[in-house]
Amino acid sequence: MFRFIARRFLETIPVLFVIATVTFFMVRLAPGGPFTTEKSIPPEIQKKLEAFYGLNKPLFQQYLDYMGNLLKGDLGPSFKYATWTVNELIWSAFPVSLELGCYGLAIALVLGLGAGILASLRQNSAVDHVSMSLAMLGICVPTFVMGPLLILVFGLTLGWVNASGWESARDRILPSLTLGFFYAAYIARLTRGGMLEVLNQDFIRTARAKGASGKRIIFRHALKGGLLPVVAFLGPAIAGIITGSFVVETIFQVPGLGRFFVTAAFNRDYTMVLGTVLFYAVLIISLNLVVDIVQVWLNPKLRFE
Amino acid sequence: MPLLTVNNLRTWFHTRNGVVRAADNVSFEIEKGETLGIVGESGSGKSVTCYSLMGLIPQPPGKIESGTAVFNGQTDLLRCSAKDLNRIRGRHMAMIFQDPMTSLNPYMRIEDQLIEPLLIHGLHDRAEAVRQGIRALEEVGVPDAAARIRSYPHEFSGGMRQRVMIAMALITRPELLIADEPTTALDVTVQAQILELIKKMQNELGMAVIWVTHDLGVVAGFCRRVLVMYAGRIVESAPTEQLFYRTKHPYTRALQRSIPALQPKGAELYTIAGAPPDLSRRIDGCAFVPRCEFAQDKCKIPPIELKAVEPGHATACVRVQSKEISL
Amino acid sequence: MPEILPPSTPGTIRPAETEVGTSLSRDAWHRLRKNRLAVVSAVVLALLSLASALAPWIAPYSYEEQNLAIRAVPPRRGHWLGTDALGRDQLTRLLYGGRVSLMVGIVATGVALLIGVTYGAVSGFFGGKVDVLMMRIVDIIYALPFTIFVILLMVFFGRDIRLLFVAIGAVEWLTMARIVRGQVQSLKKQEFIEAARALGLRRRRIIFLHMIPNVLGPIIVYATLTVPAIMLLEAFLSFLGLGVQPPMSSWGLMVKDGADRMEECPWLLIVPGVTLAMTLFCLNFLGDGLRDALDVRASKD
Repeated sequence: MFRFIARRFLETIPVLFVIATVTFFMVRLAPGGPFTTEKSIPPEIQKKLEAFYGLNKPLFQQYLDYMGNLLKGDLGPSFKYATWTVNELIWSAFPVSLELGCYGLAIALVLGLGAGILASLRQNSAVDHVSMSLAMLGICVPTFVMGPLLILVFGLTLGWVNASGWESARDRILPSLTLGFFYAAYIARLTRGGMLEVLNQDFIRTARAKGASGKRIIFRHALKGGLLPVVAFLGPAIAGIITGSFVVETIFQVPGLGRFFVTAAFNRDYTMVLGTVLFYAVLIISLNLVVDIVQVWLNPKLRFE
Repeated sequence: MPLLTVNNLRTWFHTRNGVVRAADNVSFEIEKGETLGIVGESGSGKSVTCYSLMGLIPQPPGKIESGTAVFNGQTDLLRCSAKDLNRIRGRHMAMIFQDPMTSLNPYMRIEDQLIEPLLIHGLHDRAEAVRQGIRALEEVGVPDAAARIRSYPHEFSGGMRQRVMIAMALITRPELLIADEPTTALDVTVQAQILELIKKMQNELGMAVIWVTHDLGVVAGFCRRVLVMYAGRIVESAPTEQLFYRTKHPYTRALQRSIPALQPKGAELYTIAGAPPDLSRRIDGCAFVPRCEFAQDKCKIPPIELKAVEPGHATACVRVQSKEISL
Repeated sequence: MPEILPPSTPGTIRPAETEVGTSLSRDAWHRLRKNRLAVVSAVVLALLSLASALAPWIAPYSYEEQNLAIRAVPPRRGHWLGTDALGRDQLTRLLYGGRVSLMVGIVATGVALLIGVTYGAVSGFFGGKVDVLMMRIVDIIYALPFTIFVILLMVFFGRDIRLLFVAIGAVEWLTMARIVRGQVQSLKKQEFIEAARALGLRRRRIIFLHMIPNVLGPIIVYATLTVPAIMLLEAFLSFLGLGVQPPMSSWGLMVKDGADRMEECPWLLIVPGVTLAMTLFCLNFLGDGLRDALDVRASKD
């Protein structure tokens, strides 16, 4: 197990390196710069700004400087928000996104697993059909459609919650629901499928022959195998929740990292964009590693490769 | 008093293509400590009968249409509550299955599965159960039991897995063991070992065993009495010796004829002409008629019932019953 | 009743009973037709595609025509779906938007298919070190936050719609490659491939003429499920302002406009939102139906 983790860790370093390099050059080579979209700045001031940010040095030099700083953990100053560094900006915005993401994931898991397990136990019943139809709806109504619709109904028409913002506890409800519902739907379908497949296996019959109660069969025998497709999905789900947060934060005006990223991309705030992309990459890769470890733990057959 | 009395068991499957009468009017008894064999081809209903007794028939599409199966003179397995059934199965009545590869839970350690019956039925605490588990593994011949009990099923070979299954079934010292073709999926060399093992355990525990098999050879070696099933019905029921030397049903005789080892070298192998009937269609009269060399019109007239023609020896063949033919 | 066959006599070989067989595709077609939900979905999709394709001819107005006199008007005669804040007819924009969305969906899926199938087939067929290397690359790329890269690409390199096709297609080929590789690997072990090799067929011929046709089933299913994923991605990008640019219309763009003004003009949000959702709905049901029809094991009964 330890060797597995160590090996994966070593593999990710070149990946991150590639990501950093590719993103760097992609961003720098794009037409336009951080200051060209502003209202016209007198050329001397522009020169001074460029010198300050090191933009007047040859491209390769800039690259080396950046990589050097990276190794020290310094993501550089933001071009847009002059008095802040990228590290500081990420640090201030990420906790909000983390909170939103956790709520979204929690909703996805609780709703999804619950509905999926229930549907698999009562196959072809009303509960099954209704929950799977709702799940299909959740998959087909995009986040950016559901969000505004929810605001329209619950915020503007019924007035139960604020239309946007992240102040009170009630503000958390709609964004989290919007973010999590798609994944809840997907997880519900995956869980149902996985459980049904496991429940039809021979070893469940053996467990019944031993006199095991229904609850015991579900929780001790079926769940581990039935959850495998869900756990495999968690990797992409987490990546999806992160990208989904861009949209949700934009719609609900949540001051999280996703919104910063979108704005930075528009403003060509080079360092901010680079820093956020790298941050997300590290996040996703580490979480994928955790998911892989959980998968190996759940399925002992994977341990002996 | 017999350990188990089955009367008129009917297990039908309601599918889109019709009602499959997998077990039709099955009745038999088994005494304490007795070894009963149930022989038949695939689709004869032998496995379905056993699954019905153990409550393992998926309903839907299956349904126990009628019948009783009284265990120990007290509980009707077909009609009792789920709780009562769960109290009996795994504890007083156990079953081992055909395919050891798929019948063990691949996600659980052997230890957890093996001692589970003891924990479910509240017989011991965990520590004591583990001790018993190790002892059970040793009894069935698993080497290095104390270490290997922590393994996962895929680390064992097929023969070893079947031994684990046997240990798991017998760990609660049940009164009745149902063995559903336990050796079919194993190598020939391992088959003999498993058979001997079950025989040994039976002698030690004094339990009754129902052997379900398609192999007449197994039956000859281990069973005191045999039931022959065809198309969901019992066609003959007799003590083993009588079944072999004084058969009273054309199907049984055809089965015996089909054993390759008993046929002259170089001759074309004997096969029973035709194929087993489609159970989703109603069969009036004897189901073996299309393939029987003695069939006559009277054989197609229901009812066809099992009748004793000698003490302890019953047949469903009308012509044998009326002494028209003798096999 | 089964036929009563005469007992065999030495020397004769009894002919096997022949049944009328059905080919795999006929079987699958039959099963699909029985799935009413999939059939309805297919019909709806066909209608939508037809309407969108014929947009330039059947749309009542041009998609950029602005009539400032009737800005933000709810549905009524002349403008069946209302107008937006710039006086553009919504029905027209919906039809044109459908054109864009469906086109992106199909073209990008085509790109993903082409790359993915070839890559997966080659990797699965050759096996060994080639396979390991190729799949490693897939694994690494899979782990990257690719959507983020697409966003970057779209932001920095312009708003050309062709770039959109390529960017999206480049993201989706990975899973297709994995699926095809898995299928090819299991096919490789089957005997008819050995026969082909024994006959000395060139490897390229084996891959394209023998293996790929047998992999068609999962490919079709996955392609049908990829189209909605891609449409969703395009709408997502357009919503963020990174995809299709005004004055062209896309359903994603329309949702964004609608969301901005939903208090006063809820229809601007509901119409494109419902249309988008319904299209995705139909595509997903059709894909599910295809999967059930083509793979007997996966069907629900």
